[in-house]
Amino acid sequence: MFFPISHAYVNPIYLVVVGFLIGVLGGFFGVGGSFIAGPALRLVGIDWNFAVGTDLAHIVGKSVVAAKRHRALGNVDLRLGLIMAIGTIAGAEMGAQLIQALKRAGNVNFVVSVVSIVIYLSISAFMLWESWKTLARAKSRKAGSKSGSLRAKSDEHVTTAIQRWRIPPMVSLPASGVTISLWIILLVAIVGGLCSGFLGGGAGYIRMPSMVYVLGIPTHLAVGTDLFEVIISASYGTFSHAIKGNVDILIALVMHTGAAIGAQLGAISTQYFAGPKIRLAFVPLPLIGAAIVIYTMFSGHKL
Amino acid sequence: MSPRSKTVARRTLRAFALELVIYATLITGYFFAVLHFLGGWLVRLETQHIRIYALVAILLIIGQAVVLEAVTTGLLRLLRGGRSE
Repeated sequence: MFFPISHAYVNPIYLVVVGFLIGVLGGFFGVGGSFIAGPALRLVGIDWNFAVGTDLAHIVGKSVVAAKRHRALGNVDLRLGLIMAIGTIAGAEMGAQLIQALKRAGNVNFVVSVVSIVIYLSISAFMLWESWKTLARAKSRKAGSKSGSLRAKSDEHVTTAIQRWRIPPMVSLPASGVTISLWIILLVAIVGGLCSGFLGGGAGYIRMPSMVYVLGIPTHLAVGTDLFEVIISASYGTFSHAIKGNVDILIALVMHTGAAIGAQLGAISTQYFAGPKIRLAFVPLPLIGAAIVIYTMFSGHKL
Repeated sequence: MSPRSKTVARRTLRAFALELVIYATLITGYFFAVLHFLGGWLVRLETQHIRIYALVAILLIIGQAVVLEAVTTGLLRLLRGGRSE
């Protein structure tokens, strides 16, 4: 099927299947799945600028539905979400401008490919380390050893040390039970936004761990607040990329057709698995994304 | 698993499958409707009025997510005779 906006010939069934897989991942792991969506679009010959913009567009729809559910469960810290949205929008704009500069320089595909490989490998390494640590802690707690509590304390130590940087203005977040410098929140949001604008997706893979480990936000609130914040930032990112000619809404709608169905199946599947095991199962996924990018880069082939 | 909880699980699964079928049908229909009625207009909009295109793109994707979910919930409520479960 010919998509006239991006001037690309892509099989719509391929897009629905990719969307479905991303939807299952989103529902199961709570991530946007841009590490699969971007490379998958690239694999069928869509330029990175279109892959990034179109992926952002389909994430808006997914986040609206998921955030609505989390809001009903009381998992959204509105104040934190709104502050983070400002930083994320700034970061996303920086990312989109970088894409534009690379597009003008004619090396957008090469640079984004290299950066994405580095980021995807880092995500896998971090998730492997984190889930292994959590499983080891659970085991040692079962065995009654003290090592588990020592590890927990060392994690808390990092968050407490960051929260001790009392650079004014300080922001109190009663819903999350945290008081922290506005600048630290903005910094976390800008880094997430930059990844989102540059590599596409909601960048939940970088913002979620940052919210938990750097800001000290409880995990369930971090998930809900992240989704709420992604609606604002991904909408802005979509608008920003669209006016730069980087969004094919027809491709996004086909992908979202599969994603919406997959997300429901993914969400129901979480009932059968424990948290750390879910995160451990997540480890190979960014590696698949990295492998696709490496294949596309070196072979120059497309499906 | 007790026979009672088995029945509850089966009923939940059936309700979920029904919701999924309705949602999948609506969402696929929505795409074809957009492609058929708005496809040509969207292409022209993208080349001539890029800002309006950007706004319409966001509205279309949010519409696909929110409106269709609301329609599915409404249809299921109708099928179950007004119960919101």
